[in-house]
Amino acid sequence: MTTEPVAEWASDYDVFDPAYVTDPYPIWAELRETCPIAHTDRWGGSWLPTRYADVSAIAHDIAHFSSRGIAVIPPPAAGEADPGGITFVLPPIGTDPPVHTWSRRLLLPWFSHRRVDGYEATARELCNRLIDEFIETGTADAAAQYAQQIPVRIIGMTLGVPDEMSDTFTGWVRDLLEFAHDDDRRGKARIALITYLLQQLEKRRTDPGDDLISELLHTEIDGQPVSDSHTLGIAALTLIAGVDTTWSGIGSSLWHLATHPADRQRLVDEPDLLPVAIEEFLRAYSPVTMGRIVHEDIEVQGCPMKAGDRLLLNFPAANRDPEAFDRPEEVIIDRQINRHVAFGAGIHRCAGSNLARMELRIAVETWLQRIPDFALAEGAEVTWAGGQVRGPRSIPVMFPVGSRTAAAPDAGCSAQTALAS
Amino acid sequence: MKVSIDPALCQGHSRCFALAPELFDVDDYGMASVIGDGTVPPALQHKARLAMSNCPEFAITIEE
Ligand code: HEM
Ligand code: SF4
Repeated sequence: MTTEPVAEWASDYDVFDPAYVTDPYPIWAELRETCPIAHTDRWGGSWLPTRYADVSAIAHDIAHFSSRGIAVIPPPAAGEADPGGITFVLPPIGTDPPVHTWSRRLLLPWFSHRRVDGYEATARELCNRLIDEFIETGTADAAAQYAQQIPVRIIGMTLGVPDEMSDTFTGWVRDLLEFAHDDDRRGKARIALITYLLQQLEKRRTDPGDDLISELLHTEIDGQPVSDSHTLGIAALTLIAGVDTTWSGIGSSLWHLATHPADRQRLVDEPDLLPVAIEEFLRAYSPVTMGRIVHEDIEVQGCPMKAGDRLLLNFPAANRDPEAFDRPEEVIIDRQINRHVAFGAGIHRCAGSNLARMELRIAVETWLQRIPDFALAEGAEVTWAGGQVRGPRSIPVMFPVGSRTAAAPDAGCSAQTALAS
Repeated sequence: MKVSIDPALCQGHSRCFALAPELFDVDDYGMASVIGDGTVPPALQHKARLAMSNCPEFAITIEE
């Protein structure tokens, strides 16, 4: 899984190269100028557009670019090895119409504004409970002890799986996304996740709850029940798409605030600015790059793409294109015009974007209320993960010691009850 | 001023609803619509322009 360091980004890029993972911005800036659609033979080969106009056009061109391969590197040969004879597809993200259309329609209401508003109090209580665990020590890892702990528990709730599974889920999702270049880790996580979800399917078949899996088991599409493969795939996707992504977004936002005291102070003083600032963090530190498979031969900006080629929709690079954004390399927390595509564009627009935005807002808001004054700890080593999902994995911070809220009326136990059920 | 949404372009990013809930609504499938006939009172014109220039699908148009 180790590869040669990259010398030539235009013809030999590597999205897992340490330079790309820690600081991709100068690389994208150079590519946009010199070779706006780069190519590599690494990891099975792929194309990499870096301009907003190209990324958006390709995301909308579903006739030529299929979603049947969305991983940034091709997964190991699927099929026989999977438990229960399951074909592991992930609708809607890993499908094209018509499967995409109905599976997306099934999923969307679960993450509508109305539903998401209902999760807000639980999210806030969860954030407060996490902060209680370290606020008296004056130090914390804002990524591992906070950002990482939030989305997995909220998604667990919608899937109706117990809170104790959170760390296991996080491990599986990281192995599938961050360690996708390690066939062994990815393969084992995939089998573990399928096996677990198949057990959940069996359980809910006889004992349904008010969760997403139970609903899918009792839904018909054109008079036919949703197949177990599809039910399992939709449940798996919610977990895979909703955890690493959002945690990365929360982590990048907190990292920015830990390293930019003026922005931090402004958000403490003007909390109403937070939704606008969150959009800017999503733009500047977009977590997600998605794959496509070329459906039929096509030439894009002079690049001869062949059927079967892989292409990486570089939403993060699109969001820093000077053609589309004023002063794109600057993080401007009150940026007024911000047509960013952190959640994609076209028919695959993130189905969980309402939930993700709520989690980001509540996580940053609660942190700033409880820990308004914080900075990177002395000698702190911030580590980043990249590839399909980019974000900080460790953010050691320090702050003046605060006190727990356990006695306060709005904290603690009700979240625990809600999440443990 | 009048604002409208092209339903063929809207993909439910909900930026319009977040920026100008007085002018836009979204359904449970994320699809946005204008409230009423889309006439924008003077006090909301700035918000209407903001919504238009933040829609990633270029689905919102304004007639002055
Ligand atoms: C900051 C957090 C997040 C980011 C940046 C993000 C980003 C994205 C992007 C870029 C896509 C488009 C994929 C493509 O074009 O192939 C997508 C799709 C998707 N996301 Fe998210 N996502 C986030 C959080 C979530 C959450 C919390 C959920 C929870 C349910 C979720 C569920 C989905 C689903 C189901 C799709 C597939 C939609 C489709 O194919 O129709 N995402 N996401
Ligand atoms: S911002 Fe644009 S795409 Fe999003 S809901 Fe509004 S009109 Fe639709």
